[in-house]
Amino acid sequence: MKNNWPIWEVFIRSKNGLSHKHVGSLHAADAEMAIENARDVYTRRTEGVSLWVVESKNITASAPTDADALFEPAANKIYRHPTFYNLPDEVKHM
Amino acid sequence: MDNSLSPNQALFNFALHMGDNTLIAGHRLSEWTSQGPALEQDIAITNIALDLVGQARSWLSLAGELEGKGRSEDDLAYLRSDREYTNFLLCEQPNGDWGMTIVRQFLFDCYHFELLNALLDSKHEQIAAIAAKSLKEVTYHLRYSSEWMIRLGDGTPESHKRMQNGLDERWRFLGELFEDTETDKVLAEAELSVLPSSLEEAAMNRIEAVLKEATLSQPEVKHFQTGGRKGIHSEYLGHLLAVMQSVPRAYPGQSW
Repeated sequence: MKNNWPIWEVFIRSKNGLSHKHVGSLHAADAEMAIENARDVYTRRTEGVSLWVVESKNITASAPTDADALFEPAANKIYRHPTFYNLPDEVKHM
Repeated sequence: MDNSLSPNQALFNFALHMGDNTLIAGHRLSEWTSQGPALEQDIAITNIALDLVGQARSWLSLAGELEGKGRSEDDLAYLRSDREYTNFLLCEQPNGDWGMTIVRQFLFDCYHFELLNALLDSKHEQIAAIAAKSLKEVTYHLRYSSEWMIRLGDGTPESHKRMQNGLDERWRFLGELFEDTETDKVLAEAELSVLPSSLEEAAMNRIEAVLKEATLSQPEVKHFQTGGRKGIHSEYLGHLLAVMQSVPRAYPGQSW
């Protein structure tokens, strides 16, 4: 039975105002069952207030072999971090 | 039954009956632990088992208080024989296959959901409070079992056949759920609970709607089996209790 079910990725919003975060995956026959399975498997300890499920095949992932080209160039561009600005003393919460 | 049933005795009977139903139904579901058809369903069905056993704790504690003889929830759960248990025959029926389990749970959920909704208006504060807490859980139980009824009933020829078999087999225990006893009459009079017969229409409407969507046909049963509330059970309850009570009976008073 289980072998025929596709895999779904589960995302949980832990509380209002925060974004959904990926927490894991599960098997389910369809979206409705995936939501219930996600509820039963991943929210047993009050982990969240909202669930998203998406069938894994619908996620397009970057190729690990492309990692150098995609991510390495950002490594030496430290000026993109806003750490070189002198903040006025009046600005408190930055 | 006794016409001179006092309200307190009726309350005790009722709390015990609610505790027995939820405990036995929950224990049956717990037998799926590690045996579920898929990991996800294994967790789901045992979550429901835990919900029901948790509810049983509330009801049996209340029963112990009402009785006033110092019996705890554990005493009531583990130190009574099958003749002293007042659960419905439906709750004690064996799991069978997954479809059979779902049928039993679905029929019970339909009744349980309507009853808890009605108990929200109970004039007994603790009954209303236990009902309010339980109803959230049972709303999900009903959703879960309904979806599986439809999924498997309207599934493959094999799953349909199994669901219809399960329904044909378990249907004869349904009538007992809507029988009014002396206890119910005393409590309904005092607005502490409701007559089970008053729940039948709503529960049956829901059952019929789900069966229709599940492409299952309603069995024709002329004689329903009853007796659970009087302690007259099927052969299965004794075996269930033997397993469930074995540890507390072998090691009385132990804690861990």
